[in-house]
Amino acid sequence: MSTAEEAIRRMTDIPLSMRGPAPARVIAGFGFWLFLLSDVILFSALFSAYAVLSGATAGGPSGAELFDKGHVFQETMCLLASSVTCGFGLLAVQKADSRGMYLWMGVTFLLGLCFLTLETGEFGAMVAAGHGPSRSAFLSSFFALVGTHGLHVSMGLIWLIVMLLQVKTLGFRPMVQRRFFCFALFWHALDIVWVGVLTIVYLGAR
Amino acid sequence: MFGRLSLAAIPYDQPIIIGVGAVLAIGILSVLTLVTVKGWWPYLWREWITSVDHKRIGVMYVVLALVMLVRGFSDALMMRSQQALAAGHAVGYLPPEHYDQIFSAHGTIMIFFVAMPFVIGLMNFAVPLQLGVRDVAFPVLNSVSFWLTAAGVLLVNLSLFVGEFARTGWLAYPPLSELSYSPGVGVDYYLWSLQISGLGTLLSGINLTTTILKMRAPGMGYARMPVFCWTSLASNLLIVASFPVLTATFGMLLLDRYCGFHFFTNDLGGNPMMYINLIWIWGHPEVYILILPMFGVFSEVVATFSGKPLFGYRSMVLATMVICALSFMVWLHHFFTMGAGANVNAFFGVMTMIISIPTGVKVFNWLFTMYGGRVRFTVPIYWTLGFIVTFVIGGMTGVLLAIPPADFVLHNSLFLIAHFHNVAIGGVVFGVMAGITYWFPKAFGFTLNERIGKSIFWCWFLGFYLAFMPLYALGLMGATRRMQHYANPHWQPLMIVALIGAVLILFGIALTIVQIAVSVRERHAHRDGTGDPWDARTLEWSTRSPPPAWNFSEVPVVDGIDAFWSFKKQGSPRRDLQEALMDLHVPRNTPIGFFLAFFAVVLGFALIWRIEWLAALGILGAVAIILKEAWRTDRHVEITAEELAAFEKAHAAMSVKHVHIVAEVES
Amino acid sequence: MDAQVQAQGRGPGVDPADVHGRRSYLIGLAYAVGLTLASFWAATTSDVYAPAVPVLLAALAIAQMGVHVTFFLHISSAPDQTNNFLALEFGIFITGLVIFGSMMIMANLNHNMVSMDQLMQMQR
Repeated sequence: MSTAEEAIRRMTDIPLSMRGPAPARVIAGFGFWLFLLSDVILFSALFSAYAVLSGATAGGPSGAELFDKGHVFQETMCLLASSVTCGFGLLAVQKADSRGMYLWMGVTFLLGLCFLTLETGEFGAMVAAGHGPSRSAFLSSFFALVGTHGLHVSMGLIWLIVMLLQVKTLGFRPMVQRRFFCFALFWHALDIVWVGVLTIVYLGAR
Repeated sequence: MFGRLSLAAIPYDQPIIIGVGAVLAIGILSVLTLVTVKGWWPYLWREWITSVDHKRIGVMYVVLALVMLVRGFSDALMMRSQQALAAGHAVGYLPPEHYDQIFSAHGTIMIFFVAMPFVIGLMNFAVPLQLGVRDVAFPVLNSVSFWLTAAGVLLVNLSLFVGEFARTGWLAYPPLSELSYSPGVGVDYYLWSLQISGLGTLLSGINLTTTILKMRAPGMGYARMPVFCWTSLASNLLIVASFPVLTATFGMLLLDRYCGFHFFTNDLGGNPMMYINLIWIWGHPEVYILILPMFGVFSEVVATFSGKPLFGYRSMVLATMVICALSFMVWLHHFFTMGAGANVNAFFGVMTMIISIPTGVKVFNWLFTMYGGRVRFTVPIYWTLGFIVTFVIGGMTGVLLAIPPADFVLHNSLFLIAHFHNVAIGGVVFGVMAGITYWFPKAFGFTLNERIGKSIFWCWFLGFYLAFMPLYALGLMGATRRMQHYANPHWQPLMIVALIGAVLILFGIALTIVQIAVSVRERHAHRDGTGDPWDARTLEWSTRSPPPAWNFSEVPVVDGIDAFWSFKKQGSPRRDLQEALMDLHVPRNTPIGFFLAFFAVVLGFALIWRIEWLAALGILGAVAIILKEAWRTDRHVEITAEELAAFEKAHAAMSVKHVHIVAEVES
Repeated sequence: MDAQVQAQGRGPGVDPADVHGRRSYLIGLAYAVGLTLASFWAATTSDVYAPAVPVLLAALAIAQMGVHVTFFLHISSAPDQTNNFLALEFGIFITGLVIFGSMMIMANLNHNMVSMDQLMQMQR
């Protein structure tokens, strides 16, 4: 048995919790995962507010009257597709495949931008028709919840641009790869939150 | 051009504030002048301000907390003296608009800028050392967290001299905190300073949780971690879980105030009760965030100074994690009277009583640790014994308040005030003092003066009882909280006793400053040469005092609980798995934390006063700093094995051979 | 290097053992699209007993979140994923408490307490 295999065999005899500090990639990923969970809890507070206030329309329009399911379906598909392309992009990052990374992350960016365009269009139309956030508590909670998600998507797109620049200038060094892992986690988590938004806000609207 | 800011924002007409401002300005200028004249700026910048070392950051947190303790306590003295005077027809010396800001500032400062920094500072300092690792998981983020907290401190203190503070109490309930009833900048100061420091705290929670779960010395499985690390884990999990709710809730209130949203307004469907529900979802875990690490401190202190392992390690760990989970299931007891009804109240009342059980288990474990041990009555043990008596009383009044019918009488009375100060002072303050005294020699290389330390304890202990026992009585007599004035003159004698208690605590705080000065002067006589002044049990005591930047020259390999104790008794175990001394690297210092906090202050101030161009500047500055940091590739400083060997050799020559036990047995 | 990473546990989102990486994402996509279409159908159909629709929607949403977590984030109950899995469980626990606790409490409060709108009407 080679010394490397010996070392691995000895290591696997020791429980995971006793092998000393984890490598940087695991630490960064886990820390970012905790941050994402804290973000999900932030969304849960906004979801609670929405759940409580969704009936408080103060004589104004309700969700069922305002939401367009076709529009929402397009948004959902954009975001879902971008999650998959982001996954492909991450595979390219792991293999240090520059072309593949630019291709798939570029598509991810465009799909994210489509999502944002659709969403700002929806918001703009509602505000123009007088159904802005200051009209009622229901609309306040809608704009806050869906708007916060949209803000996260925007931050994600800016982050993606920065990451593309980082690869261009610094290459696929471990630091850059770690940050891409974190970006992918973030992007997938945003899609998970969107599933909640889609179901509770749009499909659940009465 | 300057939004709502004008010269009228400076309170020229309030002599007390102008006086305080003048004194503070002179004080700060003197300190800055001294530092400049002595040429200390390069040292301070290099070794402290830009430091990413968890030990330095921990010390800075504690220093920040001590400074804010003075401000928060001044508020307390003003409240006590006002209430001692304003009985019957007397009006005291503080008008209501001013008094309202004082009690709001007192609560806000004590929770967010005294208790939290103290606790986070102690955890920052001790946890990596106890785990046998070189630093926390994200050292740069650690620095950012500290400086964001300092940014919040600066904004809160600015509110004293430019503008006003919130008049809503420390939790800023709507509708009073909405724009229509608080049109000034006070609530905005409150909200932005807490959003900024809250972000720092959340990042710190993520940092320490990752450190404890992913970075421990080889051999240190979960069941071999010191209890302080377990309680820190529980506390930081609570931070990660609860602070986002605070951020979201304050965010919603900010949207109401700035963008005309209707989350908590009186009109157009808003629901103020929703705010109270959400804020206490954060608020209850918050108090457990503060107390759990203190339970850990007492566990370490009791084991060390009894010369015995902690009794019931497993039950301690289990009790800690049970408290962690249960702390999220009791929050409604803060608003029994808001009207959720008997069924809901009953559930939360019962849950609140249940949560006292694991705490009781802990108390028994501490007592059983001391029983049969040879207890050395050092200052930390004084604080521990004071804590056990005081916290148990406070806990019992808590269980009393947990009964909804009783709470309907006592909610928002002085009884409630006495209860939470009982557990906060008896638990958090006493724990902080014990922790600081315990770990001070590790941080600075010499012990604090024991005699003054005991005097400080007695001032706090007696002062606390004098200050708060009358408040229990007053609460039962019908006195409510936050009174600028009261009609019943029979309450005045008790208020005066409470003031005397507060003055006694003031002596305690003053003596703390004296103790530091005296201890620094006497440091050579009380130098800790071995790194283990208390004959302690856990890994941090195996390092020099103070430890080098890299903490451990040789990675410790752990094979049981109280690893250092077994090293001392049996000698360090197998060295074949780890080579003796290897090259290592430590994170390089960076000013990013300081600069981010600077722009956070700019942004916060601009948002408070609605100065749009300044806010944009703040955001751009912050983004620029983050981008600069993203491209920083020179992140480590290399320490060669030769340097390590030279360091170890130099310090071995200086250490005292025998273990020096600092103790004075009470006769 | 890879083996060492494996020996120390995996960060979430990392799946070094999966050589055919894209497969996981494509399977996840198929499930997700199916579940999304099912959700849209459930929201608009009259074939399902009306009071059961919210429950069905919730089940579909939870399933889809599970698909994301498994196929995109590669989080499982494998021994080297324990920390990640436990953290997720903790997050779900807190999220559930916050949302359902708040809904229950606010429902009781709103039932017992006159709303501010009504109070202000009465004051006029």
